[in-house]
Amino acid sequence: MIARESRRRFLRETGALVAFFSLPCPRAQSQGASKALPGSLKGSPYLDAWIRIDREGKVTLFTGKAELGQGIKTALLQLAAEELAVPLERIELVTADTALTPNEGYTSGSRSMQDSGTAIRHAAAQVRALLVAQAAQRLGVSAESLSVSMGSIHALDGRTLQYGELVAGQVLHVQAEERSAFVEPGKRVIAGKSLRRVDIPAKVAGGVAYVHDLRFPGMVHARIVRPPSASATLVALDASEVERMPTVLKVVRDGRFIGVIAEREYECIRAARSLAARAKWEESASLPPRAHLYDALLRLPAEDHVIAESAAASPAGGKQVRAEYRRPYQMHAAIGPSCAVAELKDGKYTVWTHSQGVYPLRDALAELLAVPKEAVRCIHAEGSGCYGHNGADDVAADAALLARSLPGRPVRVQWMREDEHAWEPFGAAMVSRANAVLDASGTVAQFEYEVWSNTHSTRPGKAGNLLAGLHVAKSFEPPAPRPIPQPEGGGDRNAIPLYAFPGVRVVHRFIPQMPLRVSALRGLGAYMNVFSLESFMDELTLAAGADPVEYRLRHLRDARGREVIRLAAEKFGWSTWQRRPRAGRGFAFARYKNLAGYLALAMEVEVGRDTGAVQISRVVAAADSGEIVNPDGLRNQIEGGIVQSASWTLSEEVAFDDTRITSRDWAAYPILRFPAVPRSIEVHLVDRPGQPFLGTGEVAQGPTAACIANALADATGMRVRELPFSPPRLRRLFAAG
Amino acid sequence: MITLKVNGREVSVDADPATPLLYVLRDHLKLNGAKFGCGLGQCGACTVMLDSEAVFSCVVPVSAVGKRAVKTVEGLGTPENPGPLQQAFIEEQAAQCGYCIAGMIMRAQALLERSPSPTEDDIRAALAPNLCRCGTHMRILRAVKRASDKGSA
Ligand code: FES
Ligand code: FES
Repeated sequence: MIARESRRRFLRETGALVAFFSLPCPRAQSQGASKALPGSLKGSPYLDAWIRIDREGKVTLFTGKAELGQGIKTALLQLAAEELAVPLERIELVTADTALTPNEGYTSGSRSMQDSGTAIRHAAAQVRALLVAQAAQRLGVSAESLSVSMGSIHALDGRTLQYGELVAGQVLHVQAEERSAFVEPGKRVIAGKSLRRVDIPAKVAGGVAYVHDLRFPGMVHARIVRPPSASATLVALDASEVERMPTVLKVVRDGRFIGVIAEREYECIRAARSLAARAKWEESASLPPRAHLYDALLRLPAEDHVIAESAAASPAGGKQVRAEYRRPYQMHAAIGPSCAVAELKDGKYTVWTHSQGVYPLRDALAELLAVPKEAVRCIHAEGSGCYGHNGADDVAADAALLARSLPGRPVRVQWMREDEHAWEPFGAAMVSRANAVLDASGTVAQFEYEVWSNTHSTRPGKAGNLLAGLHVAKSFEPPAPRPIPQPEGGGDRNAIPLYAFPGVRVVHRFIPQMPLRVSALRGLGAYMNVFSLESFMDELTLAAGADPVEYRLRHLRDARGREVIRLAAEKFGWSTWQRRPRAGRGFAFARYKNLAGYLALAMEVEVGRDTGAVQISRVVAAADSGEIVNPDGLRNQIEGGIVQSASWTLSEEVAFDDTRITSRDWAAYPILRFPAVPRSIEVHLVDRPGQPFLGTGEVAQGPTAACIANALADATGMRVRELPFSPPRLRRLFAAG
Repeated sequence: MITLKVNGREVSVDADPATPLLYVLRDHLKLNGAKFGCGLGQCGACTVMLDSEAVFSCVVPVSAVGKRAVKTVEGLGTPENPGPLQQAFIEEQAAQCGYCIAGMIMRAQALLERSPSPTEDDIRAALAPNLCRCGTHMRILRAVKRASDKGSA
């Protein structure tokens, strides 16, 4: 391989090593991409794309991933600090920025540790090895005789070289190797520990922590006046009065895209409101009938993809079980509405955004603004927890379009609550059907599963993925929706059971046409498919007269899966559990995407038959995410995932009439509040030092839904197959029977 | 000009009297703690204290504040020198995205000032007006308990 060859030659000829620029290097690009390299080193193979050290020994770490509240900054710093032997506080971390960092695509799919964590760990270990080799040569001793600590290299005779001295004057970038010598698991002092997150102090004390908090000299505020519904057309807009308001700088109108810019935020909001009152729209009833949503979905044309098929003989007279499950549209519903700041200066745009993918967003903005990509820089700044593709990219487009009309002034756009609720791309409504034949012992002989779904990603890359791109006069065509292929899958994520069933057939019925705009919501199809499959496992358990834990273990060969199932059952006290009135227990298990983290859950609920309320009294989780970098960070994400999924499962459903989205605030789209969140959650972790990072961010979404369904069925004898299990729905079902 | 007492300091701001306190705090006084979440009194992201009471600053016109002392999360401490409740949130690592946290802290602060040893149910009831999307609830409850008399006892 060229990379290694050139490095060897370089070492031979000069004895010089790594890398390092004291100036920001704009070239973290992907020339020389190599498939064999670990993690994101594949796309950005040069070590100095990830780590730079200046003459003073200051270390700067670069990642193309973004902090979304998942604690990624801290975890990446831990990995780098460990392998570089530099105190964590002495490392500066630069996250997702199209001018500075590697292009790591989206921060999504629980992939940040696999992609960026793996790349950074390797890069750091290799940088250290190179520095040690360099020191050995300078000192005339063997590399093995040197030790490394606190950013310096020590010889046995007491001589010491600082990292900064070793890189001084040398400008070089070399490609990573495929393998690295990591600090041995038993000797790690930073990675694997529950270090406190670096971003939390500012968040609890009013520091500048979010894109919402950015304030630039000369910054102005803008708001968007959206159409009342997706297909509404603008008939008339009288902007003259608003334009005359003393604090209003500009009203921008381009087709159905209407924005207003003012010096001050509240004046801007008032101006936007009066502008909205002066806009006349024509609307049409273009939404599906909500009462028959699932029938409407099933009637849409679908492309069938058979994603798993293995034949087995059907047992004669085997018991058959069938079920259909449903999931409504659900929202990301961030607490802080989407926000961005954009500035056009000297023909270049700078956009501060909480997008999950600064590079794809840059490409989409360049197309929208009709400028070359080089004229747009996107810099990630944190937002409110997004959990997928929400309004982040759309508001960045809003800001960029408005900045175009006011060069030299940074324009801050923040959506109002109703913008966020009504215009974010939702998580897709879905239908699934499962069908199984059991043999005489109750074991599954044949299993079939079908899932109907829209796409689960309409993320940018293209101007037609941006709301503003759809609303401007010369509008952009949204790219044709496509299914995300297996093994990760989109609507069919986790549709293939991990259990060893002899006969299996799984079909993804992909529906291209989108009645409502949808995109990635945490877990994508895994939420629905694990809800369906793990509910169905309990239905089969019942038909087989078995125990849910035993029945799962009976069908599962995967050793790590079996271990988390046993652990969750044991910590919950599954075998000694005592039934109480109104209470029930449930179990669920999944390996996210069938290739990421494992999670098993056991849960107890109490059900109010008169109120229709389900109170989760206790949750016990057991997780295996490979090697753990920050145990507390992992627990935090799993606890959060359980609570969020409980909220989706117990209360969330986007409401609409035949024309408009009607869930426009928290009253019309309630999420779980404190009194209703679980009474207790325990998370038990299985650490696998030396094993790949598996990714955890989305593991809890599906199992939590199924676990609640199973506990609810256990408590009431009633199997509920349509989400959400909201009090009104449960009251209706209990009343009926 | 409207005169306010914010975090112990007297300030005058040039704002329309109808402006919600939230915008005065964020835009005139450049404080980051109180957040815009809904502007409707439904989520608590904007929670601050007026004297001893936790309020939604997004629905309180600045002219209605009067002589009451405004306290925001910045009034409890700094990232370098956090106050006791902020410290409890750090110790429990009670944040994911953290957007809701300043509001949570202010509502919890008001609770602890009037009731230093709340039960878990008291805390849940007191925090009910505030939403968190990240599901950080269990940690927020632990942090408030830790900062209470019961937690330190
Ligand atoms: S922003 Fe004030 S309650 Fe939501
Ligand atoms: S921590 Fe994200 S909203 Fe509460």
